Amino acid sequence: MRSTERTEPTPSTPLGRQFRDPGLLRDVGLVSVAGGIVGVSFGAIAVAGGLPVWVPVLMSLVVYAGSAQFSAVGVLLAGGGPVAAAVTGLLLNTRTAAFSLAVAETIGRGRVARLLGAHLVTDETVAFALAQPDPARRRAAFWLSGVGLFAVWNTGVLLGALAGSALGDTATYGLDAAFPAVLVALVLPALRGDAGLRRAALPGAALALAVTPAVPPGVPVLLALTGLFLYGTRGRRRSA
Amino acid sequence: MSATLAVILVLAVGTYAFRLVGPVLHGRVTLPARAQELLSAGAVVLLVALLATGALTEGGGFAGWARPAGVLAGGVLAWRRAPFVVVVLGAAAVTAALRAAGLE
Repeated sequence: MRSTERTEPTPSTPLGRQFRDPGLLRDVGLVSVAGGIVGVSFGAIAVAGGLPVWVPVLMSLVVYAGSAQFSAVGVLLAGGGPVAAAVTGLLLNTRTAAFSLAVAETIGRGRVARLLGAHLVTDETVAFALAQPDPARRRAAFWLSGVGLFAVWNTGVLLGALAGSALGDTATYGLDAAFPAVLVALVLPALRGDAGLRRAALPGAALALAVTPAVPPGVPVLLALTGLFLYGTRGRRRSA
Repeated sequence: MSATLAVILVLAVGTYAFRLVGPVLHGRVTLPARAQELLSAGAVVLLVALLATGALTEGGGFAGWARPAGVLAGGVLAWRRAPFVVVVLGAAAVTAALRAAGLE
């Protein structure tokens, strides 16, 4: 990520210092604000669709996965039934298992850290963590973005649920473009510097796009993982 | 309403179980360096697929031109090494402007 590149790389800096990295704080703050507004729209959509206030609020606290929540509520409101709603949400969240493996080292080894940190594994926290240059920074980025996003997302959902349909359409502000752009900004440095990663990620994304109309939500990105077979062909790890 | 509560609980328990896979296995199972590297690469592959499908599709169909145009603008800004804030706000601004101009 840009902001971290501007500061001197200091792997030996104590963790506390990393948490005060102004660039990281600003970036996390921005994504949290955007996430909070999406949370407001989630709460508002659920209640405007006829669900009681506690449904989006409880779901956000205990499920805490934006895309799965939107999908599950969408299926419920469309009359798809509870089983379809749960299956859709779970399929979308299978990717968090892969993400949790990728950031396990970053989360830490303490029992409390593992149990709490697991709940904070989202697309954004993983992207923030993996974009950092060293382990201390990765840990700071994960926990800062994790706690920040959790607090703002749930506050936003509560406000949106209480306000209901009084709010306008958030699509007007182009927020739906902001989240893919967040991911672009966070993965681009890794893609730029690693041809093997590009060989795996670009065909993977193309495959995900190609199958999207034909398969259930959540499945396309899982199929993208087959791109990893291309990543392995050069055996580049052996030299490291 | 108990069916709705059941959906929430099943989703919550299932999602938390997925998320616990990494933290629970960490330190108990020693992964070869190659596997560790593949996991990091896999996370990036997932994120790229997510941003591609998130930029271009909505509900299994095309998301319209305004959103991918905004994301593309953000991508160009990121490629030119613009600050993170500029990338994200630039993407949202382009999409919002196109929608205001009547392009969906």
